[in-house]
Amino acid sequence: MSDIPAIVGALTSDLRPLTSSFWLHPSLILIIGGLLLPLVPARLRQGWLLLIPILTFARIVALSRGTFGEVHFLQFTLVFGRVDALSTVFAYIMGLMCILGTLYGMHVKRTIEHTVAWIYVAGSLGAIFAGDLLTLFLFWELMALSSVFLIWFRGRAESLGAGYRYLLVHMAGGVALLAGIILHYKATGSMAFAAFDVHHPSPAAYLVMIGFILNAAVPPLHAWLPDAYGEATFNGSVFLCAFTTKTAVYALIRGFAGMEILAVLGVIMALYGVVYAVLENDCRRLLAYHIVSQVGYMVAAVGLGTQLALNGAIAHAFAHILYKGLLFMGCGSVLFMTGRSKFTDLGGLYQKMPWTFVFTLVGGLSISAFPLFSGFVSKSMILQAGFEEHRLWAAFGLMVASSGTFLHTGLKVPYFIWFGKNHCTKETWERAAEPPWNMMTAMAITSVLCIFIGCYTPYLYGMLPYPVDYHPYTSYHVSETLQILLFTALGFFLLIKKLEPEAKISLDLDWPYRVGGRAFLWLARKPIQYIDTGIGEVYRVAGLIPLMAVSRLSGVFDNRIIDGAVDGFAAGVRNFGSRLRAAQRGSLQENLTLVFATATVVVAVFVLF
Amino acid sequence: MKLLRLIEFLRRHLRAVIYGCLAVLVLLVLVDAVPVFVNKTHAHTKAEHIPGFWAAFGFVACALIVLVSKAFGHAGIMTREDYYDE
Repeated sequence: MSDIPAIVGALTSDLRPLTSSFWLHPSLILIIGGLLLPLVPARLRQGWLLLIPILTFARIVALSRGTFGEVHFLQFTLVFGRVDALSTVFAYIMGLMCILGTLYGMHVKRTIEHTVAWIYVAGSLGAIFAGDLLTLFLFWELMALSSVFLIWFRGRAESLGAGYRYLLVHMAGGVALLAGIILHYKATGSMAFAAFDVHHPSPAAYLVMIGFILNAAVPPLHAWLPDAYGEATFNGSVFLCAFTTKTAVYALIRGFAGMEILAVLGVIMALYGVVYAVLENDCRRLLAYHIVSQVGYMVAAVGLGTQLALNGAIAHAFAHILYKGLLFMGCGSVLFMTGRSKFTDLGGLYQKMPWTFVFTLVGGLSISAFPLFSGFVSKSMILQAGFEEHRLWAAFGLMVASSGTFLHTGLKVPYFIWFGKNHCTKETWERAAEPPWNMMTAMAITSVLCIFIGCYTPYLYGMLPYPVDYHPYTSYHVSETLQILLFTALGFFLLIKKLEPEAKISLDLDWPYRVGGRAFLWLARKPIQYIDTGIGEVYRVAGLIPLMAVSRLSGVFDNRIIDGAVDGFAAGVRNFGSRLRAAQRGSLQENLTLVFATATVVVAVFVLF
Repeated sequence: MKLLRLIEFLRRHLRAVIYGCLAVLVLLVLVDAVPVFVNKTHAHTKAEHIPGFWAAFGFVACALIVLVSKAFGHAGIMTREDYYDE
């Protein structure tokens, strides 16, 4: 036994020269693990699905501070590993959420769904650790290109459309970001991702900020979010709700802390999400509007820019990833088990899914900042920062949004799904039951974490980059919060008739491009149809007909010369011909994604050199 | 299942649950008025020293959100579900 430390010591001293030159990026574990996943035998797959995210998380926890992974590329220095106080805390929660999200969807058989989810997380981690703007952009686009599949895999006609809109909006944001990066480089000669001059922002800084706030879903650039997150697969939304917006919050903190306009936009956002959540009939779209609202707190805090506010933004992002993930898990379970997500198709489910109800309620109480739940210790830092800076309009505006948060996520969602009037059809009712064990376990662990963060503050506060001199559990703060929340509940039950869900949708700012797109489509339909038919004809003439001829010839050859021996050959070639035709018509989605990816790289290379 | 039995027990005694909740609301405002329990020296504005200020704030905010949003929605923002289909 006494030999073991010596052996380990010898091994690690041997490894040291290797590790000093090679820095293992956490994203790399996810990407390689994801690409190998289809090769893993089915009986080992569940173990692999747990192992890879846990390894990634362990790698993140083990990271030492500093700058690593510098690569010289033409005249630039790409920095893949900037590990500091800010990037570590974000990477930590992203890694943790990756474990929980994968556990939640572990029973999904199609391996590609796990692979794209992991690549998406890898994009987020890569953006968080990026030390320069080019690397940031690279991973930023990787996130958009991989996450769109989480929407498409739902497989409905609506998800196809929602995915395309998601991709197009994010590509537009990517173009703004890239343009900003290039202008910034031309003006300053530096690619380093550091704080921009927020007091005299240049046009380049504004462009970069537009790229960031589009991903943070700041109105008027927010409509992609409910559109996409309401349409994604039941576990896809659990991933989506965590990574895109919070990576954007990270980027805003890094680049735009103290930018005045963000305080205003943040408060507008917080209230905007609340208003639309009242009108929403689909529970996952309602939760999506509350992401807009909650990210509003973080954006406002970035705008305030004080140490307390930034600590608050980070703490709130951390807590938010867990409780919003939990809420999407709860509603995702209802969708997975019943196939329904609209309030007007649900109700009374407490008899069938009581534990899912309890977990969702924990998420609802956490987002509403109930004492002893996670939101209480994070959201209040932002409010405190608002009051300390004497931005009373901001602080009171966010207080109103707090009331709205509890009204919807804490009351409306649980009440109209698990209680209220039972709208379930006979089929829905018979299908409804508690979800599989892995979904239950993921929800249970996330619930415990939400309560743990709320009860034991040093866990979260110890990770924050600035020293924390803040105590959420004062008599005044507890009294204030309980009054707001419980009297909101009183209002809810008094106005419950008004809140009865309606089977309607609400027009949002995706209207211009959804309806505007139609006019464009009408113009484009005929030429595109024409070209498509033309190309189909070319394939037929140039591809299928010669192949058929070959197949016929070989049939003759077969019949006359090697009778019987290669009987299958002709059929094989004919088969191949028709397969080739199908492949050429191809899946438009993959092709389009590839085109976007290539175009992004080409544009970047073209403009830079 | 114990959890289900608990929920059904509470539903059977709904009246008692409602009275219990109302009692909590009243108690909350009363406690807020006693300086020994709730120390208001760190309140940010003058208005917050009024006992039950945040209770009124919460109730009014909730009512405003519901009424204003619904009015906004019924002013043409809410529409039929197949609006975007063709």
